Amino acid sequence: MINEIISMNGYGAYVWSAFSFTLISFTALYFVTKLQLSKEQKRFASKFGSLNVEKARAARSQNINREILSNTSNI
Amino acid sequence: MFKYFEPNKIFAITSKAPKYVLFLFIIVLTIGLTEALILSPEDYKQSDAVRIMYVHVPAAWISLGIFTSLAFLSVGSFVFKNKNFALIAKSLAPSGFIFNIIALVTGSIWGKPTWGTWWAWDARITSMLILALFYGMYLLAWRIYEDKEQVIKVTSLIAILGVVNVPIIKFSVDWWNTLHQPASINILSTNTAIHPSMLVPLGIMTAAFALFSLLIFLMKYNTELIKVKNKGLDRL
Repeated sequence: MINEIISMNGYGAYVWSAFSFTLISFTALYFVTKLQLSKEQKRFASKFGSLNVEKARAARSQNINREILSNTSNI
Repeated sequence: MFKYFEPNKIFAITSKAPKYVLFLFIIVLTIGLTEALILSPEDYKQSDAVRIMYVHVPAAWISLGIFTSLAFLSVGSFVFKNKNFALIAKSLAPSGFIFNIIALVTGSIWGKPTWGTWWAWDARITSMLILALFYGMYLLAWRIYEDKEQVIKVTSLIAILGVVNVPIIKFSVDWWNTLHQPASINILSTNTAIHPSMLVPLGIMTAAFALFSLLIFLMKYNTELIKVKNKGLDRL
């Protein structure tokens, strides 16, 4: 059974390489995108941390900024 | 109507959605791979090589669908002067490009055992390669141009010019004599040349690929929104 699945009637090399290429591409794109997202979240958190009290309060008044900060703490 | 889709209002959803989409994607992909590699039957002519269809066809469909969406969003950003359309288009493009590359590479792998060659300058294959070039130009333009107005104009132009190629890809197998087989599935009619035992895994794999593109889109869109907010902090 296992041998049949691996050999695929002699087409195993073609079938498995096509599926492997697809899954490797998915994994690479997922991790590159995740890396870009966490880099941008960290940059936001560090910029936010350097704001003075007045500016930080103004920035915190926007829902989206609060949301970004809450997600950043989960990284 | 567009005010309900403003980034500030939907970020609460788009920032939480990826983990649920990833979970769903893994489940659907596992079922799809089991169906495609183990449970579905082999083809009477192509034998097990037909299984490549389960990654090749969904990848091609989704890359075409995403490029068509880029063109509509580009027109939308011009007509409604809404920059969010451009942001959505920019976030969709990477997964569309990857699906285009997957369709080309898996098509080439499928071509060797069925046609006896890795590549042919055939109408369908060449037009898919041209689509990959348009995707490449679109993504490069976002990296090259600094000015926001200019980059939106250039990328919109690329998307609108490139979408002309989409019907050429679709009908290339009917208009010219090609190595590539004609369409086996017609969504506008009930006539399909594929047996349900193969159609079901194809549908599940298409759903898995669509979920993956949604996942990448959401992550990319969140990244773009945070970039905008980072610039906003600089202006405070």
